[in-house]
Amino acid sequence: MATLELSLPEEVEQPVRRRRRLGFLFWFAIFWILLVVVLAMFAPILPLQNPVDMDMLERRAWFSSEHWLGTDGLGRDELSRLIFGAGVSLTVGLCAPMIGLTIGGALGLLAGYFRGRFETLVVGSMDVLLAFPPLIFALAIVAYLGQSIPNLTFILGFLGIPAFMRVSRAATLTLARREFVIAAEALGASHARILLRELLPNVFLPLFAFFLLGVAVTIVVEGSLSFLGLGVPPPMASWGSMIGEGRESLEVAPRLAFLPAVAMFVTVLAFNLVGDTLRAITDPRQGAL
Amino acid sequence: MSGVLLSIRDVAVDLPTPRGNLRAVDHVDLSLEAGRTLGIVGESGCGKTMLSRAILQLLPKKAKLAGRVMFDGQDLAQLAPEGLRRLRARDLAVVFQDPMTSLNPVLTIGTQLMETIQEHLELDASAAKKRSIELLTAVGIPAPEQRLAQYPHQCSGGMRQRIAIAIALSCEPKLLIADEPTTALDVTIQAQILDLLAREQRRRHMAMIIITHDLGVVAGRADEVAVMYAGRVVERAPTQALFKHMHMPYTEALLAAIPKLDAAPHTPLPAISGRPPDPTRPLKGCSFAPRCRYATNRCHEAKPELKSAEMPDHLYACFHPIQMAEGIGA
Amino acid sequence: MQLAVREEPLLSVDNLVVEYGLGNKTVHAVSGVSLHVARGETLGLVGESGCGKSTLGRAVLQLRRATSGRVLFDGEDLTAMEGDALRKMRRRVQLIFQDPIASLNPRRRIGDIVAEPLIIAGVKDAAERKRRVHDVLSAVGLDPDLVSGRLPHEFSGGQCQRICIARSLVLNPEFIVCDEPVSALDVSIRAQILNLLEEMKARFGLTLLFIAHDLAVVKAVSDRVAVMYLGRLCEVGPSEQLFANPAHPYTGLLLQAIPVPDPDVRPAESVATGEPPSPIAPPSGCRFRTRCPRADQRCSAEMPELREVAPAQFVACHHPLA
Repeated sequence: MATLELSLPEEVEQPVRRRRRLGFLFWFAIFWILLVVVLAMFAPILPLQNPVDMDMLERRAWFSSEHWLGTDGLGRDELSRLIFGAGVSLTVGLCAPMIGLTIGGALGLLAGYFRGRFETLVVGSMDVLLAFPPLIFALAIVAYLGQSIPNLTFILGFLGIPAFMRVSRAATLTLARREFVIAAEALGASHARILLRELLPNVFLPLFAFFLLGVAVTIVVEGSLSFLGLGVPPPMASWGSMIGEGRESLEVAPRLAFLPAVAMFVTVLAFNLVGDTLRAITDPRQGAL
Repeated sequence: MSGVLLSIRDVAVDLPTPRGNLRAVDHVDLSLEAGRTLGIVGESGCGKTMLSRAILQLLPKKAKLAGRVMFDGQDLAQLAPEGLRRLRARDLAVVFQDPMTSLNPVLTIGTQLMETIQEHLELDASAAKKRSIELLTAVGIPAPEQRLAQYPHQCSGGMRQRIAIAIALSCEPKLLIADEPTTALDVTIQAQILDLLAREQRRRHMAMIIITHDLGVVAGRADEVAVMYAGRVVERAPTQALFKHMHMPYTEALLAAIPKLDAAPHTPLPAISGRPPDPTRPLKGCSFAPRCRYATNRCHEAKPELKSAEMPDHLYACFHPIQMAEGIGA
Repeated sequence: MQLAVREEPLLSVDNLVVEYGLGNKTVHAVSGVSLHVARGETLGLVGESGCGKSTLGRAVLQLRRATSGRVLFDGEDLTAMEGDALRKMRRRVQLIFQDPIASLNPRRRIGDIVAEPLIIAGVKDAAERKRRVHDVLSAVGLDPDLVSGRLPHEFSGGQCQRICIARSLVLNPEFIVCDEPVSALDVSIRAQILNLLEEMKARFGLTLLFIAHDLAVVKAVSDRVAVMYLGRLCEVGPSEQLFANPAHPYTGLLLQAIPVPDPDVRPAESVATGEPPSPIAPPSGCRFRTRCPRADQRCSAEMPELREVAPAQFVACHHPLA
């Protein structure tokens, strides 16, 4: 070209394969979650004692070869109740936030993108929902529709929608005015295309990280509801209801409340850890100097 | 009359990154006398900002600093935090590039200004206020009393930069470091700010370091210019000498790549192709060699040292300097 | 250079006004701007921050709707278009942004990003898309095989801008609005990208509206230049002529304020006084009068209109420079 220009090809540096040392804790968390999920899924075909079989002669029994983790206050096998209970806690724990993720996430995305009156409507209704006492809502549903896993899932899912809407809307707001979105508009992309191709892939990750935290929270909340007697109906087990039932035996056999509590604690922790780590490593920006 | 105020000897800054060690500043020697202006010119990534941080002892925690930074006879790296704190604002002040982020958005301007004054000059509130108003007037802010009660977001960019300068000057520093002070500002405001800095410098007999990527900014306002590339100073000379007889091909290329107002439209610009080297993978030879049209094998093998030939105060780091007088070899 | 006036301009902006609300105040970003760009020409639009040049650029492309006025592209009224018709028109007019890295979706690969316009335009054949992406990436100086599979954060600012330029060229547009395309880049990269734009313009037969705040950069690539201040045009004219003999005091002020990389040129004590007023409350009459050393009563009472003071040079001033 002119005097000083050499025709050098544009160099592109080789991408660095980031050897992220995902610590021991992360892998333990993954292992635990997988263990719990697999056990819960295959519970019906595993060689376990029947979780609802009461053995009144062996109430609050200590660990034995017949009952590996002993029995509870009504003589039911603790280990199998824990495993079947895991199924309940995880089902509700995963499905309820899913409702929040899809509905809340979509509402937030649309609100943050279209703004204006639609946004005001969405945000306003979410505020109303948030202001409504959640426990009263749960009580009302349970009173009218009865206690069941689907109802419980519905309650918790519905109550989680505003939080997901907030996260999704916040992420969308930061992104919607960025140049790459305007660039897509300048290229003639339709709204649907912009929402699905440009915004959603960027909003999805913070939403998913929030989802995993939501799973953790839901398991605990389900536990609380079951503890209060609003959750799964007996004789079905869930970790929360087991803690509730174990309350009566705290002096004599604290392990009855302790074992499900530990199971819940470790599982929730595992979800939190995985959520945090995933969020950290999938951030595409490498720190600029 | 004036002795050496700031002396930077063999300073190197290393930063650990996931990609390996990053040598941001690579054995830099500089000195500055009281009342003089040094311009440090370079593009992004050349290390000029890290160098200013090294002088101010404001490096990121992970960074490692080697070499000595002597200010007013004291080794800054050896000073205790208390001593360093006393030095700041009183003797050593800094103005940053973005006035929006260098001022605290939740404090009024008056608070920020008076805080510094009261802290370092031990004046009471009313004396500090009086001084604040004097300073705001000196930096050309109209209606200074009203300004004291305002917040940064209520002021324009140029106004905020003036306030940042007022804060920097409030304790009569001996050295002012201006890190890209006008890059974020419009060209008419830029001229005003640069005039202001020059005026205050003359008035207070203050030493100043202007860090910029714009050769035009230093051309009329610096006594000496140091050009940095890939962490090193590659040329250093009094301003006239640098522009009239530049010896480094990089300096020549940099100057040529700037569009000139007196050139005709559509004149192709002599661009420098390629990019600066990756600082985590330093080259064996001269860092500019891959992009230099005068490069030879020797340039790729060994790193040239910064030294002078005919003029003792004009240093350059090149095996094949340009514009040398007859008879002076490389 | 100067094109025959006979031919209809490719772009014609007619008294464009863009205002928007900020809280309960109105921002007068663009207040009645008329200009035209001939086919094959580069019109430079220069002004400082807040003058409305970026808003004007976006309004021309209908990315920001004008409050009033018209934009005619190749005879068709863009301001009256909506929906599908407008989306189709977008294939002929493109935009390059100031921040090249932010202009690319951080989660999509370069190959997909550059192919996106083709997908939107309905090019179904994947092989055809790949070929066109390949061609355009090579044209901007990037190796398509090395580059297509990567993510934006792996590239430098200059390389990202090349990718953005490639994306804007893949549909063979006729007109490109360049909104401060080199301001965020280093000096040495700036020159590369400016050269690239000139080369692409020649190769693809483009017409450009080049928006920048740096006069030297604007002069380097423009045939004609328009100077804007606080939402209105001050002066329009051929580049050489305008910079050699500015007629508007603001142009003169801009020229005088530019730091020249020549130590012999002593920077004059700047004549510039004060700050530009806010576009929320622009001064009456001539908007520059609050900073103009030549302002008088007439300037505050009467808004000056563009009038010809030299061949093809128009100025909006009651007291133009000699």
